[in-house]
Amino acid sequence: MGTTELKIKEFLVRYFRNHDLKEDEDIFALGFVNSLMAMQLVVFVEKEFGITIEDEDLDFDNFRSIRAISNLIERKRSTVTI
Amino acid sequence: MRPGLTSIQEAERLECREFVEREIMPRAAGFDYEQRMPNDLIQKLAARGYLGSHISVESGGGGKDIVTYGLINEELGRGCSSVRSLLTVHDMVCHAIARWGRKDQKASLLPKLARGQILAAFALSEPNVGSDARQVETTAVRLGDSYILNGEKTWISFGQIADLFLVFAQCEGQPAAFLIEKNSTGLSLEPLTDLLGLRASMLAKLFLKDCSVPLENLVGKVGFGFSHVAASALDQGRYSVAWGCVGIAKACLEACIDYTNQRQQFGSLLREHQLIRRMITDMVTNFQAARVLCLSAGHLKEAGEPSASVQTQMAKYFASKAAMRAAHDAVQIHGANGCSSEYPVARYYRDAKLMEIIEGSNEIQQLTIAEHVYHGF
Repeated sequence: MGTTELKIKEFLVRYFRNHDLKEDEDIFALGFVNSLMAMQLVVFVEKEFGITIEDEDLDFDNFRSIRAISNLIERKRSTVTI
Repeated sequence: MRPGLTSIQEAERLECREFVEREIMPRAAGFDYEQRMPNDLIQKLAARGYLGSHISVESGGGGKDIVTYGLINEELGRGCSSVRSLLTVHDMVCHAIARWGRKDQKASLLPKLARGQILAAFALSEPNVGSDARQVETTAVRLGDSYILNGEKTWISFGQIADLFLVFAQCEGQPAAFLIEKNSTGLSLEPLTDLLGLRASMLAKLFLKDCSVPLENLVGKVGFGFSHVAASALDQGRYSVAWGCVGIAKACLEACIDYTNQRQQFGSLLREHQLIRRMITDMVTNFQAARVLCLSAGHLKEAGEPSASVQTQMAKYFASKAAMRAAHDAVQIHGANGCSSEYPVARYYRDAKLMEIIEGSNEIQQLTIAEHVYHGF
């Protein structure tokens, strides 16, 4: 995992105690995602990576795994740079 | 100056306090009695920028920081919880649009909402759905360029006078949020009156019968209506209510200080009686503690910290209990006088009870806060 993925994992593992979360593992399938966590995840990603999650980013596939979240961050960052 | 506030924030608080003492406190008992919020007051709130005050200036709002927003809610809550409730529900919708609305929704609605040209209400609860809000029974079905909504909403604060509703429904089996204008075909209202508290909040039931809503009125995406749109609006609402509770506790304290400084029993002022002093001590301590929790939540929100939402829940949980306890003791201190409409503490008591229920009951807050603890507090 790269730095971004590790930071995401560090945030997520709080919600998945006693489970070694893999980069491609479906966090929705694990059944621990509630509205509080979903909201905290958005705030975490925005603060930690300096991006803004907008309405068009609301797609379950963008938040499904560590890798999916990392890809979203990368896309948002490249859009900002351009 | 209060600790934790900037001089500008304190100035805004004092300015709001002066407005509340001049425009709201002398009339609050009348609002409660008549069960209505006069339009002239709503216009004054709008003129002072208290509606949508936390929405950014670029989006047409007042651009106030979130701590100042809290202080405004505290001062309004000190004067009249129904007035504070107007801000709460209106700003919940503003927040949902600002956070998850499309660019065109933000551009067309936020400036009007912030100027008070339109009032908004939040429509989540249903006759069969309260705390278990994910299970809303209202349905939305896509038909061509529209969604067709059917269902019933209840306990909608300011539903009687709102121009715009943020309505939650199940769409294709997933939660979704829709903006519905007051005059939409298929939408009808029924006023709800004679509630225990917040009696000037002009509540209504909404009936949606084949109510047609354009596709562009969807807020966020289908599937994210509860986890993101409703949750972020409720977080904003809890923050507003928590500060409003601080205001109620302060109002109770002030009423009791006045009363115990004048009322004599057994040959001495009530303030000299030790059991009265015990209640005053609890009241002021809980008031201060609630204010600190609210301030902490505000600072975390301002910093964009993920823990802000849980801190807000703790603030709302504690502050609503503090307000209820303060109002309970305030009525007790006032004795039979406290049970009459001659003194404001009976209204504070009735309003405080509702604070333990709205924007997530205290039991729901307890469950969520405990969940947070077990996830690595």
